[in-house]
Amino acid sequence: MRRHQKLTKILLHSTGGLLLLTFSAAATASNGFINPAGPIAEALRDHLVSIVLVMAVVIVPLFIALPWTLWRYRLRTKSGSYQPNWEFSWPLEILIWGLPVVIVAILGWNLWHQSYELDPYKPLAATEAPLEIQAIALDWKWVFIYPDQNVASVNEVMIVAGRPVRFRLTSGTVMQSFMIPRLGGQIYTMAGMETQMNLLASEPGQFRGLNTQYNGMGFANQKFMTNAMSQADFDAWATKTSASNPPLNDAAWALLAKPSVLPAPQSFGSVAEGLFNGVIASFTGGHPHMKADGADL
Amino acid sequence: MNRQPVLHPGLNLGSTDEYSHAQSEPVIFGFWVFLMADLVLFAILFATYASMSVQGQAGGPSPTDVFDLSSAFIETMLLLSSSITFGMASLALKYKADRSHLVFWLVLTFCLGAGFIGMEVRDFWIMTQQGAVPQRSGFLSAFYMLVATHGIHVTAGLCWMVVMLLQLLVLGRTTQVKLRLMRLALFWHMLDIVWVCIFTFVYLFGVAAL
Amino acid sequence: MTSESFFSLLGTLTPQDISFVQTFENPVMSEFIDGAAGSVLVIGAITTAVLLTYYRGWKTLWFDWLTSVDHKKIGIMYIVVAFVMLARAIIEGVLMRYQQSIAVNDPGVLTPDHFGQLFSTHGSIMIFFMAMPFITGVINYIMPQQLGARDVSFPLLNAISLALTTAGAALVMISLVVGKFSTGGWTAYPPYTGIEFSPGEGVDYWIWSISLTSIGTTLTGVNFATTIYKNRAPGMTLFRMPLFCWTSLCTSVLMIFAMAPLTIATLMLALDRYAGFHFFTNDLGGNMMNYANLFWLFGHPEVYILILPAFGVFSEVISTFSGKTIYGYKSLVVATMSIAVLSFTVWLHHFFTMGQGANLNAIFGIATMLIGVPTGVKVYDWLLTMVRGRIRLTTAMLFSIMFLVTFVIGGLTGVILANPPVDFAAHNSLFLVAHFHNMVIPGVLFGMIASYQFWFPKAFGFRLAESWGKASFWCWSIGFYLTFMPLYALGLMGAMRRTVEWFRPEYLGWLQASFVGALLLFSGFILLIVQLIVSVRQSDQRRVPAGDPWDGRSLEWSNSAPPPEYNFAVIPEVSGQDAFTRLKQQGQAYASPTDYEDIAVPKNSIVAPVIGVGAIGLGFALVWHIWWLVAVSFIIIWGAAIARSFVTETERVIPASKVRADHEAWLQQVRESATAPREQEDTSTNVGRAEVIA
Repeated sequence: MRRHQKLTKILLHSTGGLLLLTFSAAATASNGFINPAGPIAEALRDHLVSIVLVMAVVIVPLFIALPWTLWRYRLRTKSGSYQPNWEFSWPLEILIWGLPVVIVAILGWNLWHQSYELDPYKPLAATEAPLEIQAIALDWKWVFIYPDQNVASVNEVMIVAGRPVRFRLTSGTVMQSFMIPRLGGQIYTMAGMETQMNLLASEPGQFRGLNTQYNGMGFANQKFMTNAMSQADFDAWATKTSASNPPLNDAAWALLAKPSVLPAPQSFGSVAEGLFNGVIASFTGGHPHMKADGADL
Repeated sequence: MNRQPVLHPGLNLGSTDEYSHAQSEPVIFGFWVFLMADLVLFAILFATYASMSVQGQAGGPSPTDVFDLSSAFIETMLLLSSSITFGMASLALKYKADRSHLVFWLVLTFCLGAGFIGMEVRDFWIMTQQGAVPQRSGFLSAFYMLVATHGIHVTAGLCWMVVMLLQLLVLGRTTQVKLRLMRLALFWHMLDIVWVCIFTFVYLFGVAAL
Repeated sequence: MTSESFFSLLGTLTPQDISFVQTFENPVMSEFIDGAAGSVLVIGAITTAVLLTYYRGWKTLWFDWLTSVDHKKIGIMYIVVAFVMLARAIIEGVLMRYQQSIAVNDPGVLTPDHFGQLFSTHGSIMIFFMAMPFITGVINYIMPQQLGARDVSFPLLNAISLALTTAGAALVMISLVVGKFSTGGWTAYPPYTGIEFSPGEGVDYWIWSISLTSIGTTLTGVNFATTIYKNRAPGMTLFRMPLFCWTSLCTSVLMIFAMAPLTIATLMLALDRYAGFHFFTNDLGGNMMNYANLFWLFGHPEVYILILPAFGVFSEVISTFSGKTIYGYKSLVVATMSIAVLSFTVWLHHFFTMGQGANLNAIFGIATMLIGVPTGVKVYDWLLTMVRGRIRLTTAMLFSIMFLVTFVIGGLTGVILANPPVDFAAHNSLFLVAHFHNMVIPGVLFGMIASYQFWFPKAFGFRLAESWGKASFWCWSIGFYLTFMPLYALGLMGAMRRTVEWFRPEYLGWLQASFVGALLLFSGFILLIVQLIVSVRQSDQRRVPAGDPWDGRSLEWSNSAPPPEYNFAVIPEVSGQDAFTRLKQQGQAYASPTDYEDIAVPKNSIVAPVIGVGAIGLGFALVWHIWWLVAVSFIIIWGAAIARSFVTETERVIPASKVRADHEAWLQQVRESATAPREQEDTSTNVGRAEVIA
């Protein structure tokens, strides 16, 4: 009975491990950063893998030593010695404390650098200026304003493949969190405050984005599509939208501000002057607003 | 435990009441621990106030607009004196055979504490008349919460004092009553220290616009 | 502010708020499920009352249990609360897994509102009303006995803490029938939970139930810390305490310091909601980021409050069932204390994504990884405890071994999340959900189940059926992996938490596997209940009156099973670690004491149950704005406390002659019992007396 239990345990551990491995195969066809479409998401994925490999140094020994120990020191063992009072060994102490410290030091070094490299506020190196987009999180939709093109889109965003995009974000309602998983990480959006996210799509394509911070009944539906296209296609889209779509004026904004789930994305041909800053100012009584890190803008 | 009871910070009854002193060890220790938890509470209220006192004004009243420093100063004097009178009460508890000394100093402490609360309520009333209500801004919400939490603690201490005066009447100076008075003393002195911090970091700093 | 007058009888409560009325008026599947849950609660309560009447149990319930201030009884009552709440919260988990397994391009059976309440109650109950009471109950029962003490330092305060926590749990149960619960999650972030975006009574249920239990926990922390510092038996220095007492001490310190931020945060949220204050509102100077800081300043030490007692349990279980002293006692103490201190330095890692910049993120990220060092040390110390031992695979030991393997996987994902850039991608996803379940299930839950299996014979005088325990173990273990490993994958594939409906078909297979796993977890729970019923039925063949069924090493095994009211007839003198093993090896374990003394024990008191009822009234009245009831409840609570302070006769004395008679009779029984070798530990030969191997 006991041997059976030990073997079953080893089987369970192996199955668990296999499960962990198989997901990576299945995951390549999905919407996470494990399937990156841009350099930032790729860096995040590589960072994850490096952490797992370094941590394996402390974890794998346990997975090997534990079944071995259970077998060798079982109650009816013939081989293991019984030393009921053995409770200390300096070499083992140094190893047990020392190795994790070294591992944490290595990981810490890496963490420090990567935190600065992959700070969402950090502008991406490029020859051209980033595409500026202002994003306002509402219940339960995303409004994207393109200040340089003076157009807006709701529940879909157009970006230029290969060109960095800088999002400035805020919320018109509760705390939300903006993320396009295949391009990078997320950043919270909060009323009265502005946050930033710098992203880059390597190739043209469509990538789903969403709000990750629960905000009520329509939370599951608050998704948007990111369309990465060539600069020429983007300019064409902007021109066409500007010419043929209705303006995002006060009336249109009031409609969007109502809590609702939109059946389809919308576009607007012009945007009320200073709409984004106005949304922020509406919560701060006109006072200078601040970034989430407390600095003034 | 069959070892000598340790001395705790504050008044120790060892020389006049061995039995009560022996009983006091876990009780007073436990109360100090509880006071530490209460101090953490106040520390967080201070931190919240600090983060909201400037950035949370929302165009409303600022500290210089609404703080009455002379009133706060008188409140400080009232509370500090009440700590002195409670110290006298503690000494009376330990050394005086006659109960009347203890009762006198406790009643005096109560009057000073009630005076403090009365003036604070009056301050709040005047502020609300000026429109400086907690609903006006984050700064005012944080101010009222910090100062009123202290005030509620002081009021609770006053109620506790009334109950203790009743117990002195009904039960006399038993060990239990003595240990409760010792804990009330610690509570009272702690509230005094917290008020000194409020006076400094809220009123003085606020008015100096630091 | 509200417009109800002070004397409005029912405040904002209306008949439409009763869940059965809602089911009647809106007969959709989601409402039926809600109504069914409410029915189970009501029928369960009625059934309990009927059974109590039939078996004439009311007197026993009141005089032996509800008014008792004995730490052992209080401990058992805490654990009963935990099991009842575990039943509800685990069903909620299974229900959510079911919804998610069918809701791919399909609304499923639950409305978004119902789903929102489910994940909020599931998390709040599991943490505040299952895990906290469980650990508090186990520490309550065992720690004083391990110290050689008769009780905790403040027995009545102990009972009051239980009453407050039970009142909070009662409020959450009431919310199943009267009104709705919050949809803000167990973290309840404003401004979503502010009055503007959550105008109903739901968030108020959360606020007041949590506030009650957090006050109870703070008082418990004071109580336990004082007990450990002041109530130890003569000769038991801090470094001769069992490790479970060290973890209890560190847990208590965390309770004392960490509950205050939660109390403040919930009170501020209440002021925002009830009185229009601006702590966390969007406008007029409110700052929602303060809430995140305050909540997690509590929240991170909280998870260490949960895990440290489990670590203590594993230390005891692993050393006992390896027949060996714990490896690295001093290292484990240093590691435990480091964890306790460091737990206050990492709270920001719960909101790396809030935009505070790389400096702060990196500092807190490194602090977070630092905690991994002492935790890793502990894991290896437990492994080395088994080395050169003689390992017996009892149910408790199986849970401990599975903990070792599974917990380090969770630790790995924790280190992953500690890196801010990776966290940007994984925060709020199912990867995060998998990580924290990977810590609390193998860590806290397995630890508590192991403690239940381990110490049940001591508390009730008979062993649990090992075969059912092992069946339960396999269900819990396989169930855990099957439920949560797919969630890691899903998180990496871009699936977020708290989601009621999905739109990506590739998620479906993983979600279905996860649901099957959840059914296994539930089976594991059911099998524990079966184990209990079977063991009670077979209790006569399983009795261990001699009190030491496992060849235990610490003092709680040195008295009878169940122990006498006063724990020890004579307080033992301690000369080293593993105090009871020492006594057994010296042949002193069952020697007759020379001197017996009268023992003073605290009398029962009605104060705690009165405060409990008052607290339920207070919470309910605050939720529904029934202001007159708020005043009445407040007066009842404080009135009871003040009235109690005028009572002078609070102890009764058990005469030395009775102590002598009872103790000598038990010693006689032990001396006549056969000793059981470890190979026959799981047979009826084992009556609780261990064979001493010199």
